Amino acid sequence: MTALLLANARLLDPATGRESPGAVLVRDGRIADVAQGAAPGAPEGARTIDCDGLVLAPGLIDLRAFVGEPGAEHRETLASASAAAAAGGVTTLVCMPDTNPVIDGPAIVDFVLRRARDTACVNVLPAAAVTKGLAGREMTEFGLLQEAGAVAFTDGLKAVRNAQVMRRALTYARDFGALIMQHVEEPDLVGEGVMNEGEFASRLGLIGIPREAETVMLERDIRLVRLTGARYHAAMISCADSVEIIARAKNDGLPVTCGVSVNNLVLNEGDIGHYRTFCRLSPPLRHESDRQAVVKALADGLIDVVVSDHNPQDVETKRLPFAEAADGALGIETLLGAAMRLVHTGDVGLPRLIAAMTAAPARLLGREAGQLRAGAPADLVLIDPDLPYLLDKRRLKSRSKNSPFDEARLQGAAVLTLVGGEIVHRAPEIAVAA
Amino acid sequence: MTQGPQSFPHRHLLGIEGLTRPEIEGLLDRADAAVDISRQVEKKRVTLRGRTQINLFFEPSTRTQSSFELAGKRLGADVMNMSVASSSVKKGETLIDTAATLNAMRPDIIVVRHQSAGAVHLLARKVDCSVVNAGDGAHEHPTQALLDALTIRRNKGRIEGLQVAICGDVLHSRVARSNIISLQALGARVRVIGPTTLLPAGLERFGVEVFTDMRAGLAGCDIVMMLRLQRERMNGSFVPSVKEYFRYYGLDGDKLAHAKPDALVMHPGPMNRGVEIASDIADGAQSLIREQVEMGVAVRMAVLEALATHLPND
Repeated sequence: MTALLLANARLLDPATGRESPGAVLVRDGRIADVAQGAAPGAPEGARTIDCDGLVLAPGLIDLRAFVGEPGAEHRETLASASAAAAAGGVTTLVCMPDTNPVIDGPAIVDFVLRRARDTACVNVLPAAAVTKGLAGREMTEFGLLQEAGAVAFTDGLKAVRNAQVMRRALTYARDFGALIMQHVEEPDLVGEGVMNEGEFASRLGLIGIPREAETVMLERDIRLVRLTGARYHAAMISCADSVEIIARAKNDGLPVTCGVSVNNLVLNEGDIGHYRTFCRLSPPLRHESDRQAVVKALADGLIDVVVSDHNPQDVETKRLPFAEAADGALGIETLLGAAMRLVHTGDVGLPRLIAAMTAAPARLLGREAGQLRAGAPADLVLIDPDLPYLLDKRRLKSRSKNSPFDEARLQGAAVLTLVGGEIVHRAPEIAVAA
Repeated sequence: MTQGPQSFPHRHLLGIEGLTRPEIEGLLDRADAAVDISRQVEKKRVTLRGRTQINLFFEPSTRTQSSFELAGKRLGADVMNMSVASSSVKKGETLIDTAATLNAMRPDIIVVRHQSAGAVHLLARKVDCSVVNAGDGAHEHPTQALLDALTIRRNKGRIEGLQVAICGDVLHSRVARSNIISLQALGARVRVIGPTTLLPAGLERFGVEVFTDMRAGLAGCDIVMMLRLQRERMNGSFVPSVKEYFRYYGLDGDKLAHAKPDALVMHPGPMNRGVEIASDIADGAQSLIREQVEMGVAVRMAVLEALATHLPND
């Protein structure tokens, strides 16, 4: 395999947060050399890409993507999800176990990995269910699932509701060093709620979801982490009170981390407008003051990870009255473009944002991806941080079209994506010289 | 029927929200004229002659549906009633499909009631004709608010400056939401009274005064508007029991005595006698409940007539 030189780039190393001019040499699927400063000459026979001063970073790692394969291929397949990921600069996606059948046994993990190897153009890492059938009652085989290739354990869209089941899962997970990722929502407090509780929901005549649905579950879980010592990751937090709870847990030295959906970083409940079902999400879009609190927590490093919460839904589940529609929005292809809003507003620095989508999730998963150093996998993304465009959902690679950013003005996009040294996405303006 | 003081600039009536005070008052003026028509022997007008009105009711409602039917017929429209029990919606057809199917029949007006908030807006975006919201979930019920305003204005001579109390299950009530917006737009001061389990979050931001004690809330009120409490919410989920609810929030003579001596009592119907209102009050001298029904037909005639200037198929 010939070498590829990515010359004349602005290197962004999430490990150090440093940005500097330089070049990256890729050979045999790995980063062979990272050269700071002036570009070295291309080795004999190497192809060259002139990066024109754009930002070269490790490829993004998305810790939370729902893929319809197996079971709901009409919404999304591993092939279509990975194509969307590549176009969005995501080189690794963690797929959720909410499939049919559920990813709750080694055979299904194996199936997903083989399907991904044959059809997906980015790395696909399956997360397995915490409980069999996502039913919340019996633990899955954490040890065997990890051996088969499961990278974390989560009941996906559902919280592990029963405190005794959660306690045992955390206790057992600790022995295997397994990571539990919890959807922090207390189902009884969610009830029939469909959006953030407050004045806006009351005016729309919709049933609200109180912030306490999130904080009650988060507080409970953190008590159980204190009891068991297991590694716990709150998949997505959405409100100011949760930020405080996470801060306290981290301050106490507990093995607790948390993520946030890009939607809760750049949208608020007002985006629902007149019942836009594409903005019906779980956790719900919250008040603007909550959005600002999670943005600040991300900037401060209190929130570890930014996820797309990619959840393809078809017309039949979205073109309904708000209360009858399904939760979820597309996200993996717009993750970077949407999150770049925070950079352009000056709320979050680019290195900090990229770290939350590369080095931080890689560390949680114990993977060597997400780094810009010789020897690391050549999963890379070239970002044009200023590229302006109007998002057109018809051009999205996903099989579904439920993007809350349709017709939104975004600025910043992946113009080149490499997975294992292979080009999986390239904008027309990026030329490869032989 | 006389021409209203000004033309109505909207194609649909989806809610009170978004209407200006002159627009609301214009509809009430038209409705006053419609009351006179409805009290004559010859009640028929030709405003909607040749027009087709479809009443599409996803939730059963004898009262509102017959009121709209009568209003349409008095204006000369051909009225067709479609209710969910006899339609293909039960067979899995979506709201959008139903809208497209009905739209292909080229109606001029569709009157819609649906159990989900926002469903009528969704449907209105998919059809070419005018749409009237006859109640969507806990969101809005604009013609109820208009008929309540008309009833008050005809009995008190004004709405501006009146103290109105809306009592009971505000949380699940589209009638309460539309009335709060409408009465405030018309210059009334609005109080809301109920147990907090039945009050929506952020209610104080609506510009209303909130009371959980009914006697305190009724003090000095000109109008007492009661809301229906659904049966499934009576037994422990939102309030402990009918007995307890009636004791603290049911309108009886003792509680009504705290309002002004000339206070008037209203209820959108259908009533649960002995739950939110005592029978002797419902049938008593201060009750406007039966008059509200008459005003309902008049207000719906006014709305249909106001929309007539924007109908399709011309």
